[in-house]
Amino acid sequence: MNAQQNSSTYKKGNPVIEIKDLYKKFGELKVLNGFNLQLFEGENLVIMGKSGSGKSVMIKCLVGLIEPDSGNIEILGKNISELNQKEMDELRAEIGFLFQGSALYDSMTVRENLEFPMRRHKNKVDIEKTDALVMEALESVDLAKTRDQMPEELSGGMQRRVALARALILKPKIILYDEPTTGLDPITAKEIIILMENIQEKYKTSSLIITHDVDCARVVSNRMILLLNGVDYVEGTFDELQASKDPKVQAFFK
Amino acid sequence: MEKSSSARESINDFFAEIGELTYFAGRYFREALSLPFEFREFLRQCYYMGNKSLLLVGVSGFILGLVFTLQTRPTLLEFGAVAWMPSMISVSIVREIGPVMIALICAGRIGSGIGAELGSMRVTEQIDAMEVSGTNPFKFLVVTRIMAATLMLPILVILGDFIALIGSAIIENIKGDVSFLLYFNEVFESLEFSDIFPATIKTFFFGFAIGLVGCFKGYNSKKGTAGVGKASNSAVVFTSMLLFIIDFIAVFVTDIFY
Repeated sequence: MNAQQNSSTYKKGNPVIEIKDLYKKFGELKVLNGFNLQLFEGENLVIMGKSGSGKSVMIKCLVGLIEPDSGNIEILGKNISELNQKEMDELRAEIGFLFQGSALYDSMTVRENLEFPMRRHKNKVDIEKTDALVMEALESVDLAKTRDQMPEELSGGMQRRVALARALILKPKIILYDEPTTGLDPITAKEIIILMENIQEKYKTSSLIITHDVDCARVVSNRMILLLNGVDYVEGTFDELQASKDPKVQAFFK
Repeated sequence: MEKSSSARESINDFFAEIGELTYFAGRYFREALSLPFEFREFLRQCYYMGNKSLLLVGVSGFILGLVFTLQTRPTLLEFGAVAWMPSMISVSIVREIGPVMIALICAGRIGSGIGAELGSMRVTEQIDAMEVSGTNPFKFLVVTRIMAATLMLPILVILGDFIALIGSAIIENIKGDVSFLLYFNEVFESLEFSDIFPATIKTFFFGFAIGLVGCFKGYNSKKGTAGVGKASNSAVVFTSMLLFIIDFIAVFVTDIFY
Protein backbone atom coordinates (compact mmCIF):
# COMPACT_ATOMS: atom_id res chain seq x y z
CA MET A 1 0.00 0.00 0.00
CA ASN A 2 1.26 3.47 -0.82
CA ALA A 3 1.05 6.26 1.71
CA GLN A 4 -0.43 8.57 -0.87
CA GLN A 5 -3.39 6.27 -1.51
CA ASN A 6 -5.10 7.41 1.65
CA SER A 7 -6.23 11.00 1.35
CA SER A 8 -6.04 13.02 4.51
CA THR A 9 -8.94 15.22 5.52
CA TYR A 10 -6.56 17.62 7.27
CA LYS A 11 -6.53 21.09 5.71
CA LYS A 12 -2.98 21.56 4.48
CA GLY A 13 -0.91 24.75 4.78
CA ASN A 14 2.63 25.24 3.54
CA PRO A 15 5.01 22.35 4.18
CA VAL A 16 7.55 23.15 6.93
CA ILE A 17 9.31 19.77 6.69
CA GLU A 18 9.66 17.69 3.55
CA ILE A 19 11.46 14.36 3.45
CA LYS A 20 12.00 12.61 0.13
CA ASP A 21 13.38 9.09 -0.35
CA LEU A 22 15.30 8.88 2.91
CA TYR A 23 17.62 5.90 3.20
CA LYS A 24 19.71 4.89 6.20
CA LYS A 25 21.35 1.62 7.11
CA PHE A 26 23.62 0.57 9.95
CA GLY A 27 25.96 -2.14 8.69
CA GLU A 28 23.71 -4.62 6.91
CA LEU A 29 20.58 -3.46 8.75
CA LYS A 30 18.37 -1.27 6.55
CA VAL A 31 16.48 1.07 8.88
CA LEU A 32 15.01 3.65 6.49
CA ASN A 33 14.23 2.40 3.03
CA GLY A 34 12.96 5.34 0.99
CA PHE A 35 10.90 7.16 3.62
CA ASN A 36 8.79 10.18 2.61
CA LEU A 37 7.01 12.76 4.73
CA GLN A 38 5.51 16.22 4.60
CA LEU A 39 4.69 18.21 7.73
CA PHE A 40 2.43 21.21 7.14
CA GLU A 41 2.25 24.51 8.98
CA GLY A 42 0.26 24.32 12.22
CA GLU A 43 -0.21 20.57 11.92
CA ASN A 44 0.31 17.78 14.46
CA LEU A 45 1.64 14.82 12.51
CA VAL A 46 2.05 11.52 14.35
CA ILE A 47 4.47 8.88 13.12
CA MET A 48 3.65 5.46 14.49
CA GLY A 49 5.71 2.35 14.19
CA LYS A 50 6.99 -0.64 16.11
CA SER A 51 10.07 -0.39 18.31
CA GLY A 52 13.16 -0.47 16.12
CA SER A 53 11.23 0.57 13.01
CA GLY A 54 13.45 3.63 12.52
CA LYS A 55 11.24 6.39 13.96
CA SER A 56 13.96 7.82 16.19
CA VAL A 57 16.58 7.48 13.43
CA MET A 58 14.32 9.45 11.10
CA ILE A 59 13.74 12.25 13.63
CA LYS A 60 17.49 12.42 14.38
CA CYS A 61 18.22 12.72 10.65
CA LEU A 62 15.95 15.78 10.65
CA VAL A 63 18.08 17.70 13.14
CA GLY A 64 21.40 16.50 11.78
CA LEU A 65 22.25 14.14 14.64
CA ILE A 66 22.43 11.25 12.17
CA GLU A 67 23.52 11.65 8.58
CA PRO A 68 21.29 9.77 6.12
CA ASP A 69 22.86 7.62 3.41
CA SER A 70 20.74 9.34 0.77
CA GLY A 71 17.57 11.34 0.38
CA ASN A 72 16.48 14.91 0.67
CA ILE A 73 15.39 16.78 3.81
CA GLU A 74 14.01 20.29 3.57
CA ILE A 75 13.12 22.23 6.72
CA LEU A 76 11.46 25.65 6.41
CA GLY A 77 12.47 25.64 2.74
CA LYS A 78 16.14 24.88 3.41
CA ASN A 79 17.84 21.71 2.24
CA ILE A 80 19.79 20.67 5.34
CA SER A 81 22.48 18.83 3.40
CA GLU A 82 23.48 22.15 1.80
CA LEU A 83 23.79 24.07 5.07
CA ASN A 84 27.10 24.80 6.78
CA GLN A 85 27.44 24.37 10.55
CA LYS A 86 26.46 27.97 11.36
CA GLU A 87 23.39 27.86 9.11
CA MET A 88 22.41 24.49 10.58
CA ASP A 89 22.68 25.89 14.12
CA GLU A 90 20.51 28.86 13.12
CA LEU A 91 17.93 26.49 11.68
CA ARG A 92 18.03 24.41 14.86
CA ALA A 93 16.87 27.49 16.80
CA GLU A 94 13.58 27.14 14.89
CA ILE A 95 13.19 23.53 16.01
CA GLY A 96 12.34 22.38 19.53
CA PHE A 97 13.22 18.78 20.36
CA LEU A 98 11.70 16.78 23.20
CA PHE A 99 13.92 13.76 23.83
CA GLN A 100 12.57 10.39 24.88
CA GLY A 101 14.38 10.48 28.23
CA SER A 102 14.02 14.28 28.69
CA ALA A 103 17.83 14.73 28.36
CA LEU A 104 18.03 17.53 30.93
CA TYR A 105 21.61 18.58 31.75
CA ASP A 106 22.00 17.05 35.19
CA SER A 107 24.82 19.35 36.29
CA MET A 108 22.59 22.41 35.78
CA THR A 109 19.52 23.70 37.60
CA VAL A 110 16.15 23.88 35.84
CA ARG A 111 16.71 27.60 35.19
CA GLU A 112 20.19 26.98 33.71
CA ASN A 113 18.77 24.19 31.54
CA LEU A 114 16.30 26.66 30.07
CA GLU A 115 18.86 29.45 29.74
CA PHE A 116 21.30 27.21 27.88
CA PRO A 117 19.64 27.42 24.42
CA MET A 118 19.14 31.16 24.87
CA ARG A 119 22.84 31.74 25.54
CA ARG A 120 23.57 29.90 22.28
CA HIS A 121 21.17 32.03 20.22
CA LYS A 122 21.73 35.52 21.56
CA ASN A 123 20.57 37.05 18.29
CA LYS A 124 17.17 35.38 18.65
CA VAL A 125 16.35 36.46 22.20
CA ASP A 126 16.76 39.60 24.23
CA ILE A 127 19.26 38.44 26.85
CA GLU A 128 17.93 40.99 29.39
CA LYS A 129 14.58 39.25 29.23
CA THR A 130 16.07 35.85 30.03
CA ASP A 131 14.45 35.58 33.47
CA ALA A 132 11.04 36.56 32.14
CA LEU A 133 11.29 34.04 29.29
CA VAL A 134 12.36 31.25 31.65
CA MET A 135 9.40 32.00 33.91
CA GLU A 136 7.00 32.15 30.97
CA ALA A 137 8.18 28.77 29.66
CA LEU A 138 8.03 27.19 33.12
CA GLU A 139 4.57 28.62 33.76
CA SER A 140 3.35 27.16 30.47
CA VAL A 141 4.19 23.70 31.87
CA ASP A 142 3.00 24.53 35.42
CA LEU A 143 6.42 24.22 37.00
CA ALA A 144 7.39 27.78 37.90
CA LYS A 145 8.33 26.73 41.45
CA THR A 146 11.01 24.29 40.30
CA ARG A 147 13.21 27.03 38.81
CA ASP A 148 16.15 26.54 41.17
CA GLN A 149 15.89 22.77 41.58
CA MET A 150 18.23 20.21 40.06
CA PRO A 151 16.73 17.73 37.53
CA GLU A 152 17.45 14.80 39.87
CA GLU A 153 15.06 16.35 42.44
CA LEU A 154 12.14 16.15 40.00
CA SER A 155 9.91 13.20 39.13
CA GLY A 156 10.00 11.64 35.63
CA GLY A 157 6.85 13.50 34.59
CA MET A 158 8.16 16.82 35.89
CA GLN A 159 11.45 16.28 34.07
CA ARG A 160 9.53 15.68 30.84
CA ARG A 161 7.61 18.93 31.37
CA VAL A 162 10.81 20.89 32.06
CA ALA A 163 12.28 19.36 28.89
CA LEU A 164 9.18 20.56 27.05
CA ALA A 165 9.66 24.05 28.49
CA ARG A 166 13.28 23.96 27.26
CA ALA A 167 12.11 22.89 23.80
CA LEU A 168 9.76 25.89 23.78
CA ILE A 169 12.10 28.53 25.14
CA LEU A 170 13.21 29.88 21.76
CA LYS A 171 9.61 29.90 20.51
CA PRO A 172 10.37 27.46 17.69
CA LYS A 173 8.22 27.05 14.59
CA ILE A 174 8.49 23.25 14.74
CA ILE A 175 8.55 20.89 17.71
CA LEU A 176 9.77 17.30 17.37
CA TYR A 177 8.57 14.90 20.05
CA ASP A 178 10.45 11.61 20.39
CA GLU A 179 8.17 9.23 22.33
CA PRO A 180 6.79 11.96 24.63
CA THR A 181 4.81 9.59 26.87
CA THR A 182 7.17 6.60 27.03
CA GLY A 183 8.11 5.54 30.55
CA LEU A 184 5.39 7.60 32.21
CA ASP A 185 2.39 6.35 34.18
CA PRO A 186 -1.00 6.76 32.42
CA ILE A 187 -2.01 9.84 34.46
CA THR A 188 1.26 11.68 33.87
CA ALA A 189 1.18 10.61 30.20
CA LYS A 190 -2.28 12.18 29.92
CA GLU A 191 -0.96 15.40 31.48
CA ILE A 192 1.83 15.53 28.90
CA ILE A 193 -0.67 14.94 26.07
CA ILE A 194 -2.90 17.79 27.30
CA LEU A 195 0.19 19.99 27.59
CA MET A 196 1.15 19.20 24.00
CA GLU A 197 -2.31 20.23 22.84
CA ASN A 198 -2.18 23.47 24.83
CA ILE A 199 1.25 24.29 23.47
CA GLN A 200 0.14 23.77 19.90
CA GLU A 201 -2.82 26.05 20.51
CA LYS A 202 -0.82 28.75 22.30
CA TYR A 203 2.35 28.84 20.18
CA LYS A 204 0.84 27.74 16.82
CA THR A 205 3.72 25.34 16.24
CA SER A 206 3.90 22.49 13.75
CA SER A 207 4.61 19.24 15.55
CA LEU A 208 6.06 15.93 14.50
CA ILE A 209 5.28 13.32 17.12
CA ILE A 210 6.99 9.94 17.21
CA THR A 211 5.02 7.51 19.34
CA HIS A 212 3.57 4.05 19.68
CA ASP A 213 1.05 5.26 22.26
CA VAL A 214 -2.38 4.98 20.57
CA ASP A 215 -4.05 7.24 23.18
CA CYS A 216 -1.50 9.95 22.53
CA ALA A 217 -1.99 9.62 18.76
CA ARG A 218 -5.79 9.76 19.11
CA VAL A 219 -5.74 13.03 21.08
CA VAL A 220 -2.98 15.02 19.41
CA SER A 221 -2.86 13.92 15.78
CA ASN A 222 -4.32 15.81 12.84
CA ARG A 223 -2.77 13.25 10.55
CA MET A 224 -0.82 10.02 10.99
CA ILE A 225 1.79 8.02 9.08
CA LEU A 226 2.59 4.41 9.83
CA LEU A 227 6.28 3.63 9.47
CA LEU A 228 6.78 0.01 8.49
CA ASN A 229 9.93 -1.67 7.17
CA GLY A 230 11.57 1.70 6.72
CA VAL A 231 8.87 3.18 4.49
CA ASP A 232 5.82 5.38 5.00
CA TYR A 233 3.38 2.48 4.73
CA VAL A 234 0.11 4.31 5.09
CA GLU A 235 -1.10 7.86 5.78
CA GLY A 236 -4.42 9.23 7.04
CA THR A 237 -6.31 10.62 9.99
CA PHE A 238 -6.57 8.58 13.17
CA ASP A 239 -10.12 7.53 12.33
CA GLU A 240 -9.19 6.55 8.78
CA LEU A 241 -6.35 4.35 9.96
CA GLN A 242 -8.37 2.86 12.79
CA ALA A 243 -11.07 1.86 10.30
CA SER A 244 -8.51 0.30 7.93
CA LYS A 245 -8.99 -3.36 7.06
CA ASP A 246 -5.24 -3.89 6.52
CA PRO A 247 -4.08 -6.36 9.20
CA LYS A 248 -0.69 -4.63 9.43
CA VAL A 249 -2.44 -1.34 10.24
CA GLN A 250 -4.95 -2.97 12.55
CA ALA A 251 -2.10 -4.49 14.59
CA PHE A 252 -1.31 -1.02 15.92
CA PHE A 253 -4.82 -0.38 17.21
CA LYS A 254 -5.41 -3.69 18.98
CA MET B 1 44.52 -21.49 16.12
CA GLU B 2 41.61 -19.88 17.95
CA LYS B 3 43.94 -18.35 20.52
CA SER B 4 46.14 -16.77 17.89
CA SER B 5 43.17 -15.26 16.05
CA SER B 6 41.79 -13.78 19.29
CA ALA B 7 45.25 -12.37 20.12
CA ARG B 8 45.39 -10.85 16.63
CA GLU B 9 41.96 -9.36 17.18
CA SER B 10 43.06 -7.84 20.50
CA ILE B 11 46.15 -6.32 18.90
CA ASN B 12 44.02 -4.96 16.04
CA ASP B 13 41.55 -3.46 18.54
CA PHE B 14 44.39 -1.89 20.49
CA PHE B 15 45.87 -0.20 17.44
CA ALA B 16 42.43 0.82 16.21
CA GLU B 17 41.85 2.52 19.56
CA ILE B 18 45.23 4.26 19.38
CA GLY B 19 44.24 5.52 15.92
CA GLU B 20 40.88 6.78 17.17
CA LEU B 21 42.54 8.46 20.15
CA THR B 22 45.01 10.20 17.82
CA TYR B 23 42.15 11.41 15.62
CA PHE B 24 40.32 12.60 18.75
CA ALA B 25 43.44 14.51 19.87
CA GLY B 26 43.72 16.07 16.42
CA ARG B 27 40.10 17.20 16.59
CA TYR B 28 40.80 18.67 20.04
CA PHE B 29 43.57 20.89 18.67
CA ARG B 30 41.44 21.92 15.70
CA GLU B 31 38.47 22.86 17.88
CA ALA B 32 40.61 24.47 20.61
CA LEU B 33 42.15 26.84 18.10
CA SER B 34 38.84 28.01 16.65
CA LEU B 35 36.38 30.49 18.14
CA PRO B 36 34.19 30.76 20.15
CA PHE B 37 35.88 29.63 23.36
CA GLU B 38 33.66 28.34 26.16
CA PHE B 39 35.41 30.37 28.87
CA ARG B 40 32.70 30.01 31.51
CA GLU B 41 32.65 26.22 31.26
CA PHE B 42 36.47 26.17 31.26
CA LEU B 43 36.54 28.10 34.57
CA ARG B 44 33.87 25.82 36.02
CA GLN B 45 35.98 22.79 35.11
CA CYS B 46 39.15 24.36 36.56
CA TYR B 47 37.27 24.95 39.81
CA TYR B 48 35.81 21.45 39.79
CA MET B 49 39.11 19.70 39.03
CA GLY B 50 41.35 21.92 41.13
CA ASN B 51 39.28 22.67 44.17
CA LYS B 52 37.65 19.28 44.47
CA SER B 53 40.98 17.40 44.11
CA LEU B 54 42.81 19.63 46.59
CA LEU B 55 42.04 17.66 49.76
CA LEU B 56 42.86 14.29 48.16
CA VAL B 57 46.14 15.57 46.71
CA GLY B 58 47.05 17.34 49.97
CA VAL B 59 46.43 14.33 52.20
CA SER B 60 48.13 11.91 49.79
CA GLY B 61 51.12 14.23 49.40
CA PHE B 62 51.47 14.65 53.16
CA ILE B 63 51.37 10.90 53.80
CA LEU B 64 53.79 10.32 50.90
CA GLY B 65 56.32 12.69 52.53
CA LEU B 66 55.89 11.10 55.95
CA VAL B 67 56.20 7.50 54.76
CA PHE B 68 59.02 8.15 52.32
CA THR B 69 61.14 9.83 55.03
CA LEU B 70 60.34 7.18 57.66
CA GLN B 71 61.27 4.35 55.28
CA THR B 72 64.49 5.97 54.04
CA ARG B 73 65.81 7.15 57.40
CA PRO B 74 67.14 3.80 58.76
CA THR B 75 69.14 3.09 55.58
CA LEU B 76 70.72 6.55 55.51
CA LEU B 77 71.49 6.26 59.25
CA GLU B 78 73.26 2.96 58.61
CA PHE B 79 75.56 4.66 56.09
CA GLY B 80 75.97 7.81 58.23
CA ALA B 81 74.38 9.85 55.47
CA VAL B 82 71.31 11.12 57.30
CA ALA B 83 72.39 14.73 56.63
CA TRP B 84 71.58 14.05 52.94
CA MET B 85 67.96 13.38 53.83
CA PRO B 86 66.46 16.79 52.74
CA SER B 87 68.38 16.76 49.45
CA MET B 88 67.51 13.17 48.65
CA ILE B 89 63.84 13.49 49.55
CA SER B 90 63.35 16.80 47.74
CA VAL B 91 65.04 15.68 44.52
CA SER B 92 63.11 12.37 44.52
CA ILE B 93 59.77 14.01 45.21
CA VAL B 94 60.12 16.97 42.87
CA ARG B 95 61.69 15.04 39.99
CA GLU B 96 59.75 11.83 39.98
CA ILE B 97 57.64 10.55 42.85
CA GLY B 98 55.48 13.66 43.33
CA PRO B 99 54.45 14.15 39.68
CA VAL B 100 53.84 10.45 39.01
CA MET B 101 51.99 9.73 42.26
CA ILE B 102 49.78 12.82 42.03
CA ALA B 103 49.11 12.23 38.33
CA LEU B 104 48.01 8.66 39.14
CA ILE B 105 45.76 9.93 41.92
CA CYS B 106 44.28 12.50 39.54
CA ALA B 107 43.82 9.85 36.85
CA GLY B 108 41.55 8.10 39.34
CA ARG B 109 39.84 11.24 40.58
CA ILE B 110 39.60 13.42 37.45
CA GLY B 111 39.97 10.91 34.57
CA SER B 112 37.33 8.50 35.83
CA GLY B 113 35.05 11.42 36.73
CA ILE B 114 35.23 12.82 33.19
CA GLY B 115 34.73 9.34 31.69
CA ALA B 116 31.66 8.65 33.82
CA GLU B 117 30.17 12.13 33.37
CA LEU B 118 30.49 12.24 29.59
CA GLY B 119 29.50 8.58 29.31
CA SER B 120 26.28 9.17 31.21
CA MET B 121 25.62 12.33 29.17
CA ARG B 122 26.00 10.27 26.00
CA VAL B 123 23.68 7.52 27.25
CA THR B 124 20.97 9.94 28.42
CA GLU B 125 21.12 11.91 25.13
CA GLN B 126 22.33 15.09 26.87
CA ILE B 127 25.12 15.41 24.29
CA ASP B 128 22.53 15.14 21.49
CA ALA B 129 20.37 17.74 23.25
CA MET B 130 23.33 20.07 23.38
CA GLU B 131 23.97 19.67 19.66
CA VAL B 132 20.29 20.23 18.85
CA SER B 133 20.35 23.48 20.83
CA GLY B 134 23.07 24.79 18.51
CA THR B 135 26.06 24.07 20.74
CA ASN B 136 29.15 22.24 19.59
CA PRO B 137 29.31 19.57 22.33
CA PHE B 138 32.92 18.71 21.53
CA LYS B 139 33.97 22.30 22.15
CA PHE B 140 31.77 22.73 25.21
CA LEU B 141 32.50 19.41 26.93
CA VAL B 142 35.78 18.06 25.58
CA VAL B 143 37.94 21.11 24.84
CA THR B 144 37.16 22.77 28.19
CA ARG B 145 37.85 19.59 30.19
CA ILE B 146 41.14 18.76 28.49
CA MET B 147 42.34 22.36 28.85
CA ALA B 148 41.33 22.51 32.51
CA ALA B 149 43.08 19.19 33.27
CA THR B 150 46.23 20.36 31.43
CA LEU B 151 46.30 23.57 33.44
CA MET B 152 45.27 22.23 36.84
CA LEU B 153 47.55 19.20 37.08
CA PRO B 154 50.83 21.17 37.29
CA ILE B 155 49.28 23.35 40.01
CA LEU B 156 48.13 20.29 41.95
CA VAL B 157 51.54 18.64 41.57
CA ILE B 158 53.42 21.73 42.82
CA LEU B 159 51.08 21.90 45.79
CA GLY B 160 51.31 18.15 46.44
CA ASP B 161 55.14 18.26 46.27
CA PHE B 162 55.24 21.11 48.76
CA ILE B 163 52.91 19.33 51.19
CA ALA B 164 54.96 16.13 50.84
CA LEU B 165 58.08 18.11 51.80
CA ILE B 166 56.25 19.50 54.83
CA GLY B 167 55.40 15.91 55.85
CA SER B 168 59.03 14.93 55.43
CA ALA B 169 60.19 17.99 57.43
CA ILE B 170 57.87 17.03 60.30
CA ILE B 171 59.44 13.54 60.54
CA GLU B 172 62.95 14.99 60.36
CA ASN B 173 61.98 17.51 63.06
CA ILE B 174 60.68 14.76 65.36
CA LYS B 175 63.24 12.03 64.66
CA GLY B 176 66.36 13.98 63.76
CA ASP B 177 65.81 17.24 65.64
CA VAL B 178 66.24 19.19 62.37
CA SER B 179 64.47 22.56 62.40
CA PHE B 180 62.02 23.46 59.61
CA LEU B 181 64.26 26.38 58.58
CA LEU B 182 67.34 24.18 58.26
CA TYR B 183 65.37 21.47 56.45
CA PHE B 184 63.95 23.84 53.82
CA ASN B 185 67.32 25.61 53.49
CA GLU B 186 68.82 22.26 52.54
CA VAL B 187 65.90 21.53 50.20
CA PHE B 188 66.22 24.78 48.24
CA GLU B 189 70.00 24.51 48.10
CA SER B 190 69.90 21.04 46.60
CA LEU B 191 67.12 21.70 44.06
CA GLU B 192 68.28 23.04 40.71
CA PHE B 193 66.54 24.39 37.64
CA SER B 194 67.17 21.08 35.90
CA ASP B 195 65.19 19.32 38.64
CA ILE B 196 62.17 21.62 38.64
CA PHE B 197 61.72 22.67 35.00
CA PRO B 198 61.50 19.28 33.23
CA ALA B 199 59.40 17.86 36.09
CA THR B 200 56.91 20.73 35.75
CA ILE B 201 56.76 20.50 31.96
CA LYS B 202 55.93 16.82 32.06
CA THR B 203 52.99 17.48 34.41
CA PHE B 204 51.32 19.49 31.62
CA PHE B 205 51.54 16.36 29.46
CA PHE B 206 50.21 14.26 32.34
CA GLY B 207 47.23 16.62 32.68
CA PHE B 208 46.63 16.56 28.94
CA ALA B 209 46.71 12.74 28.91
CA ILE B 210 44.26 12.51 31.84
CA GLY B 211 41.82 14.92 30.19
CA LEU B 212 42.21 13.45 26.71
CA VAL B 213 41.69 9.79 27.66
CA GLY B 214 38.84 10.59 30.09
CA CYS B 215 37.03 12.61 27.41
CA PHE B 216 37.77 10.06 24.68
CA LYS B 217 36.38 7.16 26.68
CA GLY B 218 33.35 9.07 27.94
CA TYR B 219 32.46 10.85 24.70
CA ASN B 220 32.60 7.61 22.70
CA SER B 221 30.89 5.55 25.38
CA LYS B 222 28.54 2.85 24.12
CA LYS B 223 24.86 2.92 24.99
CA GLY B 224 23.70 1.59 28.37
CA THR B 225 24.79 1.90 31.98
CA ALA B 226 27.42 -0.82 31.49
CA GLY B 227 29.00 1.47 28.90
CA VAL B 228 29.31 4.26 31.47
CA GLY B 229 31.07 1.97 33.96
CA LYS B 230 33.37 0.68 31.25
CA ALA B 231 34.19 4.23 30.09
CA SER B 232 35.08 5.27 33.63
CA ASN B 233 37.12 2.16 34.36
CA SER B 234 39.02 2.02 31.10
CA ALA B 235 39.79 5.75 31.34
CA VAL B 236 41.76 5.08 34.54
CA VAL B 237 43.51 1.97 33.21
CA PHE B 238 44.46 3.52 29.87
CA THR B 239 45.57 6.81 31.46
CA SER B 240 47.73 5.07 34.06
CA MET B 241 49.53 3.18 31.33
CA LEU B 242 49.92 6.35 29.27
CA LEU B 243 51.31 8.26 32.27
CA PHE B 244 54.18 5.79 32.66
CA ILE B 245 54.94 5.96 28.93
CA ILE B 246 54.98 9.79 29.05
CA ASP B 247 57.15 9.66 32.16
CA PHE B 248 59.65 7.35 30.47
CA ILE B 249 59.85 9.62 27.41
CA ALA B 250 60.20 12.72 29.64
CA VAL B 251 63.03 11.16 31.67
CA PHE B 252 64.73 10.01 28.46
CA VAL B 253 64.53 13.49 26.88
CA THR B 254 65.61 15.22 30.12
CA ASP B 255 68.61 12.90 30.28
CA ILE B 256 69.71 14.08 26.82
CA PHE B 257 69.52 17.79 27.67
CA TYR B 258 70.66 17.85 31.32
